[in-house]
Amino acid sequence: MTKHETDEETGIDTTGHEWDGIKELNNPLPRWWLWCLYLTIIWGVGYMIAYPAWPMISGATKGVLGYSTRGEVAAEIDRFEAQNADLRASLTEIDLGVLKDNPDLQRFAYANGAAVFRTNCSQCHGSGAAGALGYPNLLDDDWLWGGAIQDIALSIDHGIRNETDADAHWSQMPAYGEVLSSDEIDNAVQYVMQLAGSDFDVEMANAGAVIFDEQCSACHGADGKGDRDVGAPNLTDAIWLYGSDIAAVTETVTNARFGVMPAWGQRLTRSDINAVAAYVHGLGGGE
Amino acid sequence: MGFLDKHQILERSPTLLLVATFVVISVGGIVEIAPLFYLENTIEDVEGMRPYSPLELTGRDIYIREGCYPCHSQMIRPMRDEVERYGHYSLAAESMYDHPFQWGSKRTGPDVARVGGRYSDAWHVDHLNDPQSVVPESIMPKYAFLGRTQIDGEYVQDLLETHRIVGVPYTDEMIANAQADFIVQADPDGDWDAMVARYPKAVVSNFDSAPGISEMDALVAYLQMLGTLVDFSTFTPDESR
Repeated sequence: MTKHETDEETGIDTTGHEWDGIKELNNPLPRWWLWCLYLTIIWGVGYMIAYPAWPMISGATKGVLGYSTRGEVAAEIDRFEAQNADLRASLTEIDLGVLKDNPDLQRFAYANGAAVFRTNCSQCHGSGAAGALGYPNLLDDDWLWGGAIQDIALSIDHGIRNETDADAHWSQMPAYGEVLSSDEIDNAVQYVMQLAGSDFDVEMANAGAVIFDEQCSACHGADGKGDRDVGAPNLTDAIWLYGSDIAAVTETVTNARFGVMPAWGQRLTRSDINAVAAYVHGLGGGE
Repeated sequence: MGFLDKHQILERSPTLLLVATFVVISVGGIVEIAPLFYLENTIEDVEGMRPYSPLELTGRDIYIREGCYPCHSQMIRPMRDEVERYGHYSLAAESMYDHPFQWGSKRTGPDVARVGGRYSDAWHVDHLNDPQSVVPESIMPKYAFLGRTQIDGEYVQDLLETHRIVGVPYTDEMIANAQADFIVQADPDGDWDAMVARYPKAVVSNFDSAPGISEMDALVAYLQMLGTLVDFSTFTPDESR
């Protein structure tokens, strides 16, 4: 059993517990601590009244402040949109060809486009837009589907070879492994090496020139300079999307390539597409 | 004195203390958890949600097996920066067929709740094979071995049945056709009309551009559907949340 007694030294009651002759003073809790406790209880009650809190039969209490997470995020997005509403409206409407005559809007488009690019485009085209093996470099002046600002906007809007947008750029190089013998492919590749200014075997290239003329020139052009209407790359420059060595080019000819880009018009606003087109156009290679 | 001293009764009886503790914690549990089971606005009605197709469900198992969730969340929070970067904030309904859900709590990599359709199949395959080949600054490990493991969906029917037991509304037809649907989703030349009718918006593709069905096909099929099902043009947010 415990027994209460008053400590002689301090005049404070003990708790009545005793361990090996050691007794515990029953001091009151510090006043500041008690006040904090009471304040948090009061705060909690106020919070329950002000904000959504108690679950009821068909929904939770809504709180007198009418707060909702979704309402808040919608309001914040609206507030942010409103800040640049005029610029965005102009950028939505503008004929991209005359964007350069409007320096203020162009500056906004570059800044906005850079943000859109980093969020949506950098995963494939690289954070510096230098591309990767199979994903075009956007810094150079070599364009598969056109490098004018309107062409770039069109490619972004509808994408390339995707199944989701009927207006996507579309072309399909045949897999020549099913059409030509491997010798014929080797010869054609040597001719492509000649076109590109790489080392090549003269005899094979001469034989390959005939095959190129029959099979490849319809899209890549008799001179091998490509055709942007069908996204056929220029083969006479040093820029290679899938690698410039003989093995990579042979792989391309044998099994073909099928680079796909999503249709960003289904995800981004017109203003964002124009902005990112202006940004990409302004990276250095724009025509 | 008086009432406040009565706590001694509880403190001196371990059994009574245990019972009282349980009662107090139960109150908290009932108030916080029980309403989720009966409140109608816990999971909103949205158009477009459907159970995972067999190939997607297999991909989801691979996603869990490889531990993607410690680095990638699937939960876009209702904040402006997240909505701008990832798309519409996630809805509870979008995880209603997830057992277990993959919300995650840590983003070493980006959120993937709406990664579906954002990149090409080839990008996903390149990125899983060697993430640094497309994103040099990435620290994600390589998952090239997924493309080397062929799978045939032998047990996918059991997998669907298991999910039905825990409440996913797979129909008898879906379960009967599980393995056929599994195979045809990775074969664009196949007869996939019935599969897409059962699983609207399912992406049919030879995801890894290689013959046969590999774990890579399944995982990319799963990634390409993430966040694409709900039709947000018909969605009105419930403002009470």
